[in-house]
Amino acid sequence: MNRFFSLVRRDVALAFRQGSASTMVVMFFILTVTLFPLGVGPEANILQRISSGVLWVAAMLASMLSLDRLFQADFEDGSLDLLTLGSLPLEVTVLAKCLAHWLTTGLPLIIIAPLLGVLLHLETSGYVTLLISMLLGTPTLSLIGAIGAALTVGVRRGGVLLSLLVIPLYIPILIFGVGSIDAAIGGLTERPHLFVLGAMLLGSVALCPWAAAAALKLNLE
Amino acid sequence: MVSLHKFANPARFVRMSSALLPWMVGMSAVLITVGLYLGLFVAPPDYQQGESMRIIFVHVPSAWMSMFIYSGMAIASATGLIWKHPVADLLAKASAPVGAGFTFATLASGSLWGQPMWGTWWVWDARLTSYLILFFLYIGYMALWEAFDDPQRAGKAAAILALVGAVNVPIIKFSVDWWNTLHQPASVMKMDGPAIDSSMLVPLLIMALGFTAFYGAVVIVRTQREIMARKVRTLRMAQVQA
Repeated sequence: MNRFFSLVRRDVALAFRQGSASTMVVMFFILTVTLFPLGVGPEANILQRISSGVLWVAAMLASMLSLDRLFQADFEDGSLDLLTLGSLPLEVTVLAKCLAHWLTTGLPLIIIAPLLGVLLHLETSGYVTLLISMLLGTPTLSLIGAIGAALTVGVRRGGVLLSLLVIPLYIPILIFGVGSIDAAIGGLTERPHLFVLGAMLLGSVALCPWAAAAALKLNLE
Repeated sequence: MVSLHKFANPARFVRMSSALLPWMVGMSAVLITVGLYLGLFVAPPDYQQGESMRIIFVHVPSAWMSMFIYSGMAIASATGLIWKHPVADLLAKASAPVGAGFTFATLASGSLWGQPMWGTWWVWDARLTSYLILFFLYIGYMALWEAFDDPQRAGKAAAILALVGAVNVPIIKFSVDWWNTLHQPASVMKMDGPAIDSSMLVPLLIMALGFTAFYGAVVIVRTQREIMARKVRTLRMAQVQA
């Protein structure tokens, strides 16, 4: 457990000291959201209608664009080899790295999301659900993304390939994330959506590290 | 397990599949011809949809095939990962473009049918959407194969992706169904229309068998070609190192 958290601490510290890693993700999130009023027009009722979807899609893309940080740097400077040789099972290493990735990208997105909700005229009744759904959904994005990142870690032009692999797998999270907010706004119960998001989170905590570790082993051979 | 290892020998696979190939080709040609004849000329036009209903004789078997081939790829990938079965990876690789082709045929024929029936080329219906996502999964799988120089590693990586995708396909299907019932109630289409008559069911099944035989034939040819390409590669490498 100690080694697990020291690895998380290391990754978080690296992300902060390399400077601006989290800031860039948040900036990307804000900029993408800003594009929508410019693209579809500033009418409040249109923005209100699409706000939940825009927030989730932008958060998903922001989280996805930072996935290459998950293993790429460690792969290039060789520390990933050391981590593999260490006493921590590779699956647990992957889990620690996902947690660190979520702390440095998912969490800042969640903090900034309500502010962007205001800009998009999101209805007041949707904010709590927005936060809960993102708390449940964004860790799953990091975990599923870890599989894609591990598969493409040694690959040339991995970035585009990564998005091709990961986006189809992200679709259920998008559907239930947006669905929960829309249900809360529409006066329906948002609990089933949130339960499904929670179930997907638990399922990916259990399964994704295995797949990602297998992919890493193969790329480190 | 004994039988599995017998097929693991690529040379034996080539021998056996070559014997099988003419049968597959013949069967697919006969069955597809008969199925098309029954479907296009013998089966009566639907009382609601008229002649355009006949597109289901291509559409539905293609849809079956695209799911069937993805499951086959997942099973072959698991076999390749677990037992290090050398032919299994190649079978999965050879299947992917065929599956993508069938998925595309499903989408295209559905869209052609939708134009006169629904008045639009595309609706974000649950089935259409989940097949579109399945198409992207096929494309991603093929792209991952292309991304590696070393075929051994490419095979393993693609196998992992195929298994992850296979776990996700039911989840995606379920979530898209859920999403669809939320966004638009089933007003555009009634999928469970009249129960299907045997005059339509028989050509449908014949077409499905014909498509399966066609798939078998194409996969055999593609796998054999892949084995030969590997041989050429190994020989070239040996030549360079000598």
